[in-house]
Amino acid sequence: MNPQAVAERVPGVLLILGLLALWEASVRLGWVLSPTWPAVSAVFATFWTNLADGTYAAVIGSSLRRLFIGYFLAVVLAVGLGLAMGVWRRFYLLAEPLVEFLRPIPSPAYLPMAILFLGIDDAMKVFMVAFAAFFPILLNTVSGVRSVDPILLETGKTFGYGRWQIVRKILLPASAGFVLTGMRISLAIALIVTVIAEMVAGNSGIGFYVLNAQRSFLVPEMYAGVIALAVVGFALNKIFVFVESLLLRWQKGAQDVLL
Amino acid sequence: MPDSSAGGTSPAVSVRGVGKSFAGGVTALRDVSFEVPGGGFTSILGPSGCGKSTLLKMIAGLLAPSAGEIRLHGAPVDGPPPGLIYVFQQYSKSLLPWKTVLGNLLFGAQSPRARHGAGTPPSASDCMEYLELVGLKGHEHSYPSALSGGMQQRVAIARALVARTRTLLMDEPFSALDALTREGLQDLLLRLWHDMRLTVVFVTHDISEAIYLSDHIVALAGAPAGVAARIEVDVARPRHQVATRESPPFLGLRRELYRMVVGRDA
Repeated sequence: MNPQAVAERVPGVLLILGLLALWEASVRLGWVLSPTWPAVSAVFATFWTNLADGTYAAVIGSSLRRLFIGYFLAVVLAVGLGLAMGVWRRFYLLAEPLVEFLRPIPSPAYLPMAILFLGIDDAMKVFMVAFAAFFPILLNTVSGVRSVDPILLETGKTFGYGRWQIVRKILLPASAGFVLTGMRISLAIALIVTVIAEMVAGNSGIGFYVLNAQRSFLVPEMYAGVIALAVVGFALNKIFVFVESLLLRWQKGAQDVLL
Repeated sequence: MPDSSAGGTSPAVSVRGVGKSFAGGVTALRDVSFEVPGGGFTSILGPSGCGKSTLLKMIAGLLAPSAGEIRLHGAPVDGPPPGLIYVFQQYSKSLLPWKTVLGNLLFGAQSPRARHGAGTPPSASDCMEYLELVGLKGHEHSYPSALSGGMQQRVAIARALVARTRTLLMDEPFSALDALTREGLQDLLLRLWHDMRLTVVFVTHDISEAIYLSDHIVALAGAPAGVAARIEVDVARPRHQVATRESPPFLGLRRELYRMVVGRDA
């Protein structure tokens, strides 16, 4: 980053530091005196301890494993079905009403059913993540396929490419921008659903950790767990945006003008 | 299939009684018949919206005629045929924006068209030769969006040629370019057509462009459009942007075609 870009970042960072200082002052100066409101320094001390002794690595590791299995299943299924719905109008007319019926259901609402059928272990949580992450990718893929210029497809035809080659060599890369946008939205959803599923059932993962800390009155652990989740969510998004920019580097020109 | 494409005089393309109606009852073309000699440069000339592009797409096998028959080297066209590439007017929409210039040429080089009838597909170094041929050496790693319109259309032409094309169908390929760039590309196209013994079918609404480039002109007129005239262009080759356009045969033909296409004297 150039010096100007660094300078532009300063106010936002100062705001966060200021709020943390206010939190610390509220305890030290006795504005808020409550066992549920520890000093932020105590929260960060707990955070560092748990980070150093590998607690977070184990807890967050088990959450991320579920998240990524579910997310991967969602990506594969949604991109495949999205391509089919975008290309094949009859399939679209067949599937669209079902999609529009299932999509608006808030994910926690089908959690009880998922527990009945799949139990409280990984199968249920992976299913929950996959189901919730599926729809944004599906809808964006359909939009992406429909946005591809017919001239590009005719170009494939005049060069003699067959149906599947046109899908692979033209349709998929041409709609990659839409697909990746759906995948980015779904990544955030996948983290939310992972945490909810872990809070509701089972005894592992960061969701369970935070809820259990609250039930056991380990107040600094609870806050520190939420901070750990913030770090994970932030890192996942940053990594995703980086990979996305690599895949879409041919769009660099447009980004230079617009951003 | 007899190969009469290499400079012969037998028809490369024959269009017989072709008509096209679209859903909704609009008839664009009726009873269009003409032949395109192998190795010749033929232009289809007509006013905007008369169905020229529709006709060219039917020859390319991208669109099915409602009536009549189209043959390429004697074989009926019922899908995009080998040995023929359609070059679009909207070059920026026809190039793959996520691939570099070289990547776009490889898309042609590795296509089923390039492999048809020949052993090994053209290599990356073959692609580089074609890039040099169209004057784009040094731009192989650029993305299409970084190139000017004229350069993009050069990429599209090189991509068509590297796919071992014998017949080029071109839909107003230079109409979106400025005058000087257009003249440069006209001369490039004539050089490639001559050196590589291509058959070219070129759609344009520009009378001067049609005369400057062609051996034969098929003029379309009317609504629905039909063939108004088939004209042999008796203008000496090689052609020159200034001298040819000032020569009496050129000017005489221009006057005649103007009356035919526009329907009144210039």
